[in-house]
Amino acid sequence: MSASPDAPRLYDALADALRAGEAVSLVTVVRSEVAEATPVGAKLLVSAVEDEAPLGSLGRPELDRVVARDARAALARGSSLTRHYGPEGEARREEIEVFVQSFAPPPHLVIFGAVDFTAALATLAKLLGFHVTVCDARPVFATKKRFPAADEVVVEWPDRLLARLGPSLGPRDAVCILTHDTKFDVPAVLGALSTKAGYIGAMGSRRTHEERLRRLLEAGADAAEVEARLMSPIGLDIGARTPEETAVSICAEIIAAGAGVGAPNLRDKAGPIHRR
Amino acid sequence: MRELLEEIDRWRSAGERVALARVVALEGSGPRQPGAAMAVSESGEVAGSVSGGCVEGAVVAEALEVLAGGEGRLVTFGYSDDEAFAVGLTCGGTLHIFIEPLDW
Repeated sequence: MSASPDAPRLYDALADALRAGEAVSLVTVVRSEVAEATPVGAKLLVSAVEDEAPLGSLGRPELDRVVARDARAALARGSSLTRHYGPEGEARREEIEVFVQSFAPPPHLVIFGAVDFTAALATLAKLLGFHVTVCDARPVFATKKRFPAADEVVVEWPDRLLARLGPSLGPRDAVCILTHDTKFDVPAVLGALSTKAGYIGAMGSRRTHEERLRRLLEAGADAAEVEARLMSPIGLDIGARTPEETAVSICAEIIAAGAGVGAPNLRDKAGPIHRR
Repeated sequence: MRELLEEIDRWRSAGERVALARVVALEGSGPRQPGAAMAVSESGEVAGSVSGGCVEGAVVAEALEVLAGGEGRLVTFGYSDDEAFAVGLTCGGTLHIFIEPLDW
């Protein structure tokens, strides 16, 4: 495990990757019956890039190759787990136990609409570990000063931003449309539906929702896809009123959606969103 | 792990050795998932956590031993443990934690 003095230390390489938000997997031997070749504590640092050689070694080239392949697969799923191998990486053997720790980049939340609700949602989403982008087409409202918690504040039309960001969005990412204005939110919802984002929500009263739905279908949205993927009205039914409470309701809905847990979504209820 | 980097840097630049404890597996109920990490400096300072507060004290003691002895070890906490009443998890889960010197 002792690296040559010139080689970058594994921890430094890991710290650099974490600071840069790069996807890496750290493999550590936690138990070994073949400690001469593969001691406890031996490590392999694997990047998501397939042809990039891992740093470190578990002591045997074939073991390194098999473990690096499995670590990349775990990294793609964002899961951290223990696995067992034989001395040369054989499956269904128990001599070596490794811990594969996946460091996936932070999930991305894109918020459309530079309103008060946006500031609260950006703040709470940062607390939950999201990389937050706020987007509005109006330069007067979309300023970094109004949204200090956001990682980026972008002045752009929703469909253009999504055309650029869309390919990078995946199941862990979320898009929240808080514009309340069909001129903005129809293209935003259409753009969001064309991505693989795991969560898409749009704010508005039930009346706004009906109007938006009508326009979405007119604009060519697929009714079944809208039904399956669009949370509208956005948020859980927790009686939220203030921007901060609404942020909790939205973030709770994002968490529940990611966990695949049934929760009292406003979308699936009837009646006014704000109780007296 | 990301949240520990600054503290670890600070300790190491002050010349302190550091132990790293990570949850590698969890059986049954538990508050933290595999990958949850805690760092312990030679002088006993702590950053991060590996449970809801149930086993941190015991992990610090193990981490300081690891720093004294130098060997990484896998430690199990939970009701199946003989020391369940000493450092058990009130939630009834079992935690497997790997503790090692950060010398890599």
